[in-house]
Amino acid sequence: MLDATPHQSLIRLRGLRKTYGHGEATVHALGGVDLDVDEGEFIAIMGASGSGKSTMMNILGCLDQPTKGAFWFKGADVSTIGRDARALFRRNYLGFVFQGFNLLPRTTALENVELPLVYRGLPRDQRHSSAKAALLAVGLEGRENHLPSELSGGQQQRVAIARAMVTNPAILLADEPTGNLDQKRSHDIMKLLQGLNREKRQTILMVTHEDDVAAYASRRVVFADGMIESDTRMVPS
Amino acid sequence: MIWESVKLALRAIRRNILRSVLTLLGIVIGVASVIALVTLGQGATDKVKADLTKLGSNMLIVRPGSGVPGPPSGNEPRTLSDRDIDALRSIPGVRAMAATANKTVKVTSGTDTLDVQVTGTEPGYFVAQDWSFSAGGPFSEADVRSGAALCVIGATVQRDLLRGEPAIGAVIRVAGVTCEVIGVMNAKGQSAFGSDQDLTVVMPLRAFHRRIAGNTRVSMAVIAAETPSDVRPVQLAITEVLRETRRIQPNQDDDFAVRDMTQMAQTLSSTTSIMTGLLSAVAAVSLLVGGIGIMNIMLVSVTERTREIGIRLAIGALGSQVMTQFLVEAVVLCLLGGMIGLALGAALAYAGSVALEVPFVINPGVALLSVLFSGVIGVVFGYFPARRAARLEPIDALRHE
Repeated sequence: MLDATPHQSLIRLRGLRKTYGHGEATVHALGGVDLDVDEGEFIAIMGASGSGKSTMMNILGCLDQPTKGAFWFKGADVSTIGRDARALFRRNYLGFVFQGFNLLPRTTALENVELPLVYRGLPRDQRHSSAKAALLAVGLEGRENHLPSELSGGQQQRVAIARAMVTNPAILLADEPTGNLDQKRSHDIMKLLQGLNREKRQTILMVTHEDDVAAYASRRVVFADGMIESDTRMVPS
Repeated sequence: MIWESVKLALRAIRRNILRSVLTLLGIVIGVASVIALVTLGQGATDKVKADLTKLGSNMLIVRPGSGVPGPPSGNEPRTLSDRDIDALRSIPGVRAMAATANKTVKVTSGTDTLDVQVTGTEPGYFVAQDWSFSAGGPFSEADVRSGAALCVIGATVQRDLLRGEPAIGAVIRVAGVTCEVIGVMNAKGQSAFGSDQDLTVVMPLRAFHRRIAGNTRVSMAVIAAETPSDVRPVQLAITEVLRETRRIQPNQDDDFAVRDMTQMAQTLSSTTSIMTGLLSAVAAVSLLVGGIGIMNIMLVSVTERTREIGIRLAIGALGSQVMTQFLVEAVVLCLLGGMIGLALGAALAYAGSVALEVPFVINPGVALLSVLFSGVIGVVFGYFPARRAARLEPIDALRHE
């Protein structure tokens, strides 16, 4: 081991670069990022638009591949794995919460939450009970058979969180989870995420550009021009 | 997993029910026309075969003339002479034989008149042509020799001329000649050539010659072989015997024709089969066109559901699972179309078979095949859209509006 750290980080990024385009038109979205994330952390990734925080999130979510650099997950290099391996990685270790909720339309809350379990090949009744429990955990009992269109924005985001959590993922990735919500609902959602982090030691990586949302996190990583500008641990509000 | 995909596919189809139905139409029409045409064609073929066997089994017909169709050559062909007929009687392997002459004349009873082709013949005629009787019976050899004015009538003549009155013993006038009805034959229906076989009056040959025809010409001889395997040797023997009695030189062509009705049945039914095949091939092309419709709509569906695909991929679906989902959807769509088409085609064929008076014979092989084929079309034309869905990049798909 080149590194002398005694414990293994959940995520370790070294010299991570991402460029788009060729020649003159090359855009350096990430210009060499080093980052370690430990289990149980709640990190807010911040920065202005174009700072590289979304690119960072896509690479961490295995939705995109870095151009250069290393990405270790629990000591395994996942920066160069293929398409199907990335899909399996997402299936087995990640949960996603998006700004636009991204629930399947015309599909009930329960079926939306069951979806990741379908791809995990769980039998029907097991899927049902896990999904029900996940909806209960986000405070949506009794809404199992509602369609997304019949739910408020905050409720839809709760369904999305239940869907992300139903597989007990190693990392919960949240991309502007409160971007489409008003202040009151934003607060509720953040409380929910914070609760998951505190009670279940759920590792959460969250992209946001709002300070009051970031205040719920225990660590704040600020991006500027594709580099980490600051990385501060703090006492969450 | 496949069952999940099928449920998913059914849901996607229901979601856009109007569009799905319109897309299905191509396949429905394709399968329906294949089924209808094959079924009707099969019915027509069966009917032709049945009709020709009704003419009589193992039957050969001997006619003067070369038998080659064409413009009249001017000189009438030599009719079959008594010598020819006697020679034919000596051929072994023959079950029944009858010299026959025809003439279309007016047949009257009271004030009713019918134009009927009257046949003068011998008792062997009824055997060779497999006629059975609903009342009375055939005339005998003795009746032929005596020249008695007796007749046997077909079912149509009984119905249209005697109008259900008791036929046996009734007196009808055949070309003005009074004639006693001694038998009514069971109905055979239409012949393969479209004429009514039951519109007939059969008389002893001698009476026919003297009273109706006014000459002693024999226009043909019907001969039935004992068994199907006797047909060919009997046919050869007839040719040999007639060439001799008619003194035809070795380098001359026959001036008579021997026709094998079984062979004709085969020729005719193979003609109908070929027609059916050709029409079905045309119908099958419409199935292909239907397939292109499926591909079109699946491509639209992939574009519309790009975001859904993105969500599925982000959540951990493999490209192959997304591919399966869309492929199953295309196949389910096509199979649905195939089954609706099968039902519609069978209904059409049934209506057609009633209208055309042919038997309704559904061919289970063709039915199964066309439904399977529509499934295959789903795979073929669903493949390209499904692959496109599977190859989407999750981030791009998620950003898609």
